[in-house]
Amino acid sequence: MLITSPNMTKPDESYAFLIATHEGLSETESHALNARLILILMNHIGDAAVLAEAMRLARDPSAV
Amino acid sequence: MKHDMPDRYALAFQLYPYAKSPDQAAAAPVRHPVIVVGGGPIGLATALDLGKRGVPVLLLDDHEGAGLGSRALCFAKRTLEICDRLGAAGPMLQKGVQWNLGKVFHDDRLLYEFNLLPEGGHAMPAFINLQQPWFEKFLHDAILAAQAEGAPIEIRGKNRVEGVTPATDHVALEVMTPDGPYALEAEWLIACDGARSPLRGMLGLGFEGRVFEDNFLIADVKMKADFPTERWFWFEPHFKSGDSALLHKQPDDIWRIDFQLGWNIDRAKELEPSRIRARVDAMLGPGVEYELDWCSIYTFQCRRMDRFRHGRVLFAGDSAHQVSPFGARGANSGVQDVDNLAWKLALVVQGVAPEALLDSYDTERVHGAEENILNSTRATDFITPKTPVSKMFRNAVLALAGTLPFARTVVNSGRLSLPCTYDGSVLNGADHAAMPARTRPGSPCPDAPLDGCWLLARLGRGFTLMGIGIGVPETMAAHGVTVEGLSLDPTPELVARYLGGAERGVYLIRPDQHVAARWDHLDAAAVAAALARAIGKE
Repeated sequence: MLITSPNMTKPDESYAFLIATHEGLSETESHALNARLILILMNHIGDAAVLAEAMRLARDPSAV
Repeated sequence: MKHDMPDRYALAFQLYPYAKSPDQAAAAPVRHPVIVVGGGPIGLATALDLGKRGVPVLLLDDHEGAGLGSRALCFAKRTLEICDRLGAAGPMLQKGVQWNLGKVFHDDRLLYEFNLLPEGGHAMPAFINLQQPWFEKFLHDAILAAQAEGAPIEIRGKNRVEGVTPATDHVALEVMTPDGPYALEAEWLIACDGARSPLRGMLGLGFEGRVFEDNFLIADVKMKADFPTERWFWFEPHFKSGDSALLHKQPDDIWRIDFQLGWNIDRAKELEPSRIRARVDAMLGPGVEYELDWCSIYTFQCRRMDRFRHGRVLFAGDSAHQVSPFGARGANSGVQDVDNLAWKLALVVQGVAPEALLDSYDTERVHGAEENILNSTRATDFITPKTPVSKMFRNAVLALAGTLPFARTVVNSGRLSLPCTYDGSVLNGADHAAMPARTRPGSPCPDAPLDGCWLLARLGRGFTLMGIGIGVPETMAAHGVTVEGLSLDPTPELVARYLGGAERGVYLIRPDQHVAARWDHLDAAAVAAALARAIGKE
């Protein structure tokens, strides 16, 4: 089951780190980084049903 | 009067030269129980399987043997097991190249290696590479051997089917020969006439699916170079020959090279030897001597017929379904069609099973075709991403695969063909929860070493009742079928593959070596009921 309630230990820090990670990259490089990041997080999550739920939610955020 | 019937392709082996049959002078069309159309690997295997099961079978081919060109190349373990049951695997293993190691490159960078590491305790290897004409020749050799032992198989070369008319109790055929046309009738007709199936066209049946806009150049090169026997696959190769390339070893010092050329190409120009040599030179590097053996350009589709049974006409192999080459699912899946169809048709022809049993050929093999189409479509989409965003993700996977093993599980240059399990088939009977999933009803039996021989060598003549750690009767008769008993002591492999958490096991096994039902005790009435179900009598 996908966790949609607040779950990040340090939301502000993690968000700032995400933005900083992209610093100095071209748009193409940033897209490629995002793709790698998604794949790495997908593997961390692992469960196919949770991943599918996350993808549906990303496509349509109103469908909580 | 002589009719000119020029070959559409050159032959690698002339196997069954035209000879006039008495049928051609018959006053009325001669009726045969089963006619197979097409002398490719699937037609030959069908005739062989039916003939060995005692069903008189006539095979018609519009050529006189095996066509030139390596074409189908990778033959998977399940195919070899089926060929072994048919008496054809020995020479295939001797001639074929066995390989286990694969390497995956992106541009000029080796991302990783994989070893197929086949599970121990199986008679057959995971894969062999063998050119299609040799595969066909060895099947034909097995037909000759079966004929010598009395198997009722007849092959007629240069017999081209030009008309087909289905009737209630037979199918009428018009056949052209060098001596002119003649008529034949078949109680059952099996169309193994390939992806462009003239029979399918004559019957006006559809063949829907997805055409991939891409061209592949196959270059078979003969060289003595000291390359290892491995499968090398490149994404976006550094030698700039399209989106992907593949290097594979064949017998006789021949290497298969596949170049993905893209869609908008000039076919004639790409097939010029100088141009092919330029591509091969760039791939192999300077100073490698080789000869071009055979070259061909092909495009591919992933598609299938809605149904593989149309009354008394049954479609098998490429005539029924076609997939991309990634994952070796073409000829391998066709051989599984044969495996599934032959015993069912034999029981129907012999009057033991109702015709409805043939509907299970349709459902089980449509399931198999769907699985193959799904897998090969996914591989194709990974190798040739269709949108900028899918290319970005594909390259992200490749970027991670060099250092992160998890990403390698996503890299898809073709998932190697595994046999199909007929989950949910109407023929499946009882299951037992404590036993391993891999041998659930519908599964092909995994091999295991027995004292001095192999398990699969003991299965497949007819139905088998296998007892592990429990004695079963030597024979059991029910519903017109004689079930052969096989009582085995538990070995580590049998325990792991068949018993799992159960103390003992009883398996009812179909003639195609798939599990029909299983129990942890012997109950003759339950076995008879499962047998009735497995032959379509329920």
